[in-house]
Amino acid sequence: MLTPVLIAQILLTLFVFFMLLNSAAIMVYVERKVAAFIQQRLGPYLVGPKGMLQPLADVVKLMFKEELRPKAADAFLFALAPIISATCAFAAFAVVPFGAETTFFGLLNEPIKLQVADVNVAVLIIFAIASMGVYGIVLAGWSSNSKYSLLGGLRSSAQMISYELSYGMALASVLLLGNSLSLTDIVNHQAGAWLHVIPKWFVFLQPVGFLIFMTAGIAETNRAPFDFPEAEQELVAGYHTEYSSMSFAMFFLAEYINMVTVSAVATDLFLGGWHGPLLPESLGWIWFLLKVAALLFFYVWMRWTLPRYRYDQLMAFGWKLLLPLSVVNLLVTAAGVLYFGA
Amino acid sequence: MGLFYLFAAVAVLASLLVIAQRNPIYSVLLLIASFGALSGLYVMLEAPFVAVIQIIVYAGAIMVLFLFVVMLLNAPHEDTDYDERVHPLMRPGPMRFGGVLAIALALELVWALTKRAESGRFAGGAVSSVAAIGRLLFTQYAFAFEVTSVLIIAAMVGAVVLARREDWR
Repeated sequence: MLTPVLIAQILLTLFVFFMLLNSAAIMVYVERKVAAFIQQRLGPYLVGPKGMLQPLADVVKLMFKEELRPKAADAFLFALAPIISATCAFAAFAVVPFGAETTFFGLLNEPIKLQVADVNVAVLIIFAIASMGVYGIVLAGWSSNSKYSLLGGLRSSAQMISYELSYGMALASVLLLGNSLSLTDIVNHQAGAWLHVIPKWFVFLQPVGFLIFMTAGIAETNRAPFDFPEAEQELVAGYHTEYSSMSFAMFFLAEYINMVTVSAVATDLFLGGWHGPLLPESLGWIWFLLKVAALLFFYVWMRWTLPRYRYDQLMAFGWKLLLPLSVVNLLVTAAGVLYFGA
Repeated sequence: MGLFYLFAAVAVLASLLVIAQRNPIYSVLLLIASFGALSGLYVMLEAPFVAVIQIIVYAGAIMVLFLFVVMLLNAPHEDTDYDERVHPLMRPGPMRFGGVLAIALALELVWALTKRAESGRFAGGAVSSVAAIGRLLFTQYAFAFEVTSVLIIAAMVGAVVLARREDWR
């Protein structure tokens, strides 16, 4: 039963899992270094060359910390919440394609897709898993039995409901252009270039959609300037106030992996995925990594540049500006697709 | 077939536990589990689109709102002393009303299981395509679709009227 293709598929799955874990560690390092650069500091520099082993030191420290639980906490849900968060973060990446079909330089007889699972409703699955991820945060807030955690959890559920609508509308307008629910199809739709210069990326057809998607994506991943669930000045640490050791680390991990997933999905939907000039198709994953890295840098840059919104501003922005804008964008896109053909 | 029984068992058990539960938060979570199992059944019926929509709409949006409200009220122990002594399912009101509902459900199930489903069947594979679902929804089932939206609006207006405080008039 163990054909080479099957073995390759299993190895690929393990590889994606491993790299997602790694990406969180790398993002911790990048976040601290970029923050230091923006604030004219040095950042971590003691552990390893240029402080590169700092994430490893952090993880070791977290592992040896004591696991604390408030006396009045709901024990079962308190343990379950970080598991939900981390599971949803990992699961969402399963349907994200990150490269063209490959035979690994002739190692395999038939090419396999650089993707854990090719599902024909991939876009919707990412959306569904993203909307399930909120339960981790909400339950963490409730089960801790602490007012700061509860407020953080409530804020995050209100925020995620508000921004999910715009997020979905931005997704839908790309689905109309790509005429498919499969991410692979949508990426292949963006191959080639207009006039041999401008790549046929959907970001050029959907500039508003891209902005809405990235804004709602930042809100969905609870990053600054929308990091209300964990606003430290008001809520201590928000929903994870009472967590320590590895269960805290799981929330931390989930946040960074969600960032990577949103960036990867944005790359596939708007930035042409693995298509790009100069490199051959088989090395397209380099383009993919570069684009994801650029988006992630943008995330970090935003966090250390913009101050946090006020809570009522966040709600007003989401419902009164972003949602109407995304509906109009969807209508215009639909009319355009109807008029010009997909 | 084994998977079918697994999903079905989870769905039925979780739904039963939803009403046999004192803490509303756990009721909400069990309902989500039941929706998850239902969505598994849809996948087995080769309707992945319906399965994912089930998760997005019910588990992802509606139940988050439920959880939000339950958390905002944060009243896991609103029961009186009498309620504490008597299990929710053993009180006179639920006993009579629930009995009627149970009999109705049993009759419906018997009717549905004995009648062979020859009408209203989809052609094979049609449910898996989004375009096919959309076309059917806006042609053959357009009336039912529109009636549903009217029903939802009526329910919304009803909720607003019920929640409005008297002294605001």
